[in-house]
Amino acid sequence: MKIGVLALQGAFAAHADTLASIGHATREVRVAADLDGLDGLVFPGGESSTMLNLIGRAELWAPLDRFVRSGRPTLLTCAGLILGATNVANPSQESFGWLDVDVVRNGWGRQVHSFEATGDLLGGPLVFIRAPTIARVGETVETVETFEGAPVMVRQGAIVGAAYHPELTDDATVHKLAFPAVDRSDAAASEV
Amino acid sequence: MDKATFKTKVGLAEMMKGGVIMDVVNPEQARIAEDAGACAVMALERVPAQIRKDGGVARASDPDMIKGIQAAVNIPVMAKCRIGHFMEARILEALEVDFIDESEVLTPADDLFHIDKLDFKPPFVCGCTDLGEALRRIREGAAMLRSKGEAGTGNIVEAVTHLRTLRTQIRRLTVLGHEELMTEAKNLGAPFELVEQVAKSGRLPVPVFAAGGIATPADAALCMALGAESVFVGSGIFLSGNPERRARAIVEAVTYWEDAKKLAEISTGLGEAMSGLEVGNLSDNQKFSKRGW
Repeated sequence: MKIGVLALQGAFAAHADTLASIGHATREVRVAADLDGLDGLVFPGGESSTMLNLIGRAELWAPLDRFVRSGRPTLLTCAGLILGATNVANPSQESFGWLDVDVVRNGWGRQVHSFEATGDLLGGPLVFIRAPTIARVGETVETVETFEGAPVMVRQGAIVGAAYHPELTDDATVHKLAFPAVDRSDAAASEV
Repeated sequence: MDKATFKTKVGLAEMMKGGVIMDVVNPEQARIAEDAGACAVMALERVPAQIRKDGGVARASDPDMIKGIQAAVNIPVMAKCRIGHFMEARILEALEVDFIDESEVLTPADDLFHIDKLDFKPPFVCGCTDLGEALRRIREGAAMLRSKGEAGTGNIVEAVTHLRTLRTQIRRLTVLGHEELMTEAKNLGAPFELVEQVAKSGRLPVPVFAAGGIATPADAALCMALGAESVFVGSGIFLSGNPERRARAIVEAVTYWEDAKKLAEISTGLGEAMSGLEVGNLSDNQKFSKRGW
């Protein structure tokens, strides 16, 4: 599979490294034409307000919306989850509404409250950085991982959303969940 | 749950990649910066150009002013403390600033020692002029590095020199034999383990941003091309003719630095840039980059 990583701002390079480690080809997405021919898309962590700003200026809103609503696999992490949620609080801001969850920006507090922990259900490493909390999970949304009982990774159809940063660890579980592994011939074709 | 680990500190630096950190002196400027797409703001009482002009001792900002800016925006808020002034750093930690800049732009408090940064909850960013200085700061706990370009001059030459020096010295490490690394560590004045690590990976273990003298979108793009992963803009925005437009333009330049056609559009009609200072005319004791070691 060829997976795009939205590269307007944030931790896009780390996602590309993780995707490459599980055999996917990647492409950085900065303009609408970069979406052509992609099989999936990652919205990385960073500052959601910065990304919204640049999405507006590059006229990327409609192309990104079409891409994700076409049903292709999409991974939203941290700021990406904020962009894709139904509702955003603290403060409220515009979002695409692909994933039926409500999120609270910086829900765990400022940077000094950022933390590492272990997931309740899958037991993988969780790295939270000024992360959003998920305040509501819609009926069609499956909770895949929790921390102290609170949902931190969810799935709805082809969309996976994580409040934490799997791209900053060696654990590729979330990326594999979003973009099912490929066979060797695909992996060989993935040299960029 | 482990709070404020080194991974979460470097993680925040990772999240700021491809973004612009802007100096702001009041909540109104902070909001302008956030609206323009800044990925963080640096709260300080005077921009570096003003500090340079005023002279005297430059200290950490009034907590009241920092709180005002924290209340005004939702992006991370950074603040500066003096080199070696760990009590100013403790105060900034108590204020829960998101990143502390142990900065040569303020008057150094200690001629010999930098802050033991591992001992603090917020991540630190420090300036560096070369690889040895970079690795010393990382070993002390810095989660982000930046060039030590001459802040407040609007002149990019020093930042360019630092970024190029870093890049050349890192490349050199990758081609040395393992038996040569100890001598290299001695010459760099850098911890051996970090020298070994960089020799193997070909990169620093924390992000490197550009700072000092960035006044135009082209300056920002130049720094990105030289290996910076993001930029700090100090005096360059709010001392220019049209801060809103210039701020937005520099944000875009950092994203589209490889696309010269786009840079040409971005650079059009920004009004007056800040007036600059020729770095060659500064004596060594006027140079911020000579502060710290």
